[in-house]
Amino acid sequence: MRISELANPSRFLRAANLAIPWLGGATAIVFAFAIYRAMLAPDDYQQGATVKIMFLHVPSAWLGMLCWGLMTIAALGTLVWRHPLADVAAKAAAPLGAAFTLLCLVTGSLWGRPEWGTYWVWDARLTSELILFLLYLGVIALWRTVEDPSRAARAVAILTLVGAIDLPIIKFSVDWWNTLHQGASVFRLGGSTIDSTILIPLLLMAAAFTLLFVTLLLAAMRNEILRRRVRTLRVLQASAAG
Amino acid sequence: MQATAHIEFIVAAYGAGVVVVVALIAWVMLDYRLQRRILAELETKGISRRSARESADE
Repeated sequence: MRISELANPSRFLRAANLAIPWLGGATAIVFAFAIYRAMLAPDDYQQGATVKIMFLHVPSAWLGMLCWGLMTIAALGTLVWRHPLADVAAKAAAPLGAAFTLLCLVTGSLWGRPEWGTYWVWDARLTSELILFLLYLGVIALWRTVEDPSRAARAVAILTLVGAIDLPIIKFSVDWWNTLHQGASVFRLGGSTIDSTILIPLLLMAAAFTLLFVTLLLAAMRNEILRRRVRTLRVLQASAAG
Repeated sequence: MQATAHIEFIVAAYGAGVVVVVALIAWVMLDYRLQRRILAELETKGISRRSARESADE
C-alpha cells in the first residue's frame, strides 16, 4: 500500500486498526526500558537528583514543538492540497501537543524552583513556550467554535501557519537573548555536552515519548474520522426526518 | 544531601507526567468507545452512509 492511498479515510482506519495495538505494545516496552535506564542514571555533580526531571521535561518540550511542526505540514495539506486527512490530523494533534507543552511547562517549573530559586521567570525561552501552549488552546477553541469542520479547518490552518513563527523563536531564544534557561546541550554543532550516562536514558525516554505520541495521534485521528461519520449520519437522520 | 532536599520536586514532576500520559490514553480510549457506540446506535436505526450501503451490496 502506498502512503498516498492512506488518504482514503476507510483505508486509513483499516491501517490504524492494525498498527495501533503493535505501536502500543512497542511504546510500553520502550518506556519500561527507558524508565529502567533513567532510574540507573547517576546524579548530576551540580544538580544532584533533580537532573532526572530532564527525562520528562526535554522529551515533552520536543514533542510540543514536533506536534506544532506536524500541524503546520497538515495546515499546508488543508490549504494547498486539500488533503482529506490533513485537517483530521491537525484536529487530532492539537490536544496532544497542548498536553505535552503543558507537561514541559510544569516539569520545567518544578525543575526551576530548586535550581534557579523560582518557579517562573519571564525569560525568552519560558515565555515563547508559554505562547506555544496558548496557541494550542487557541487552536482547540477555534475547532470547537466553528461548527462546519471544513470551515474550521481553514481558519485553524491559517492560525497554525502564523503560530509556526514561534517554533524558531523557542529553539533560538537561548541564543538570541540572555536567558536563565540553559543553551542547547543535546543537538548542537560541537556535539552533545551531556555525559552518555545521562544522554542515553534521555534519548530512550525521547524515543518512548515519540512512540506514545505517534500511537495516540493515530488513535485520535481514528476517533475524529468516526466522529465525522457520526456527524454525517446525524445530518442524514435529520434530513430523513424532515 | 541534595537528592533528599529536592525529592518532592522530582516526585511532583513524575506525578505530573503520569497524570498527563494516563489522561491522554484514557481520553482516546473513551472517545473511541463513545464514537463506536453512537455509530452502532445510528446503524441499528437503519441510518448508514451511502458508501457503506454500496460496499454491503457488493
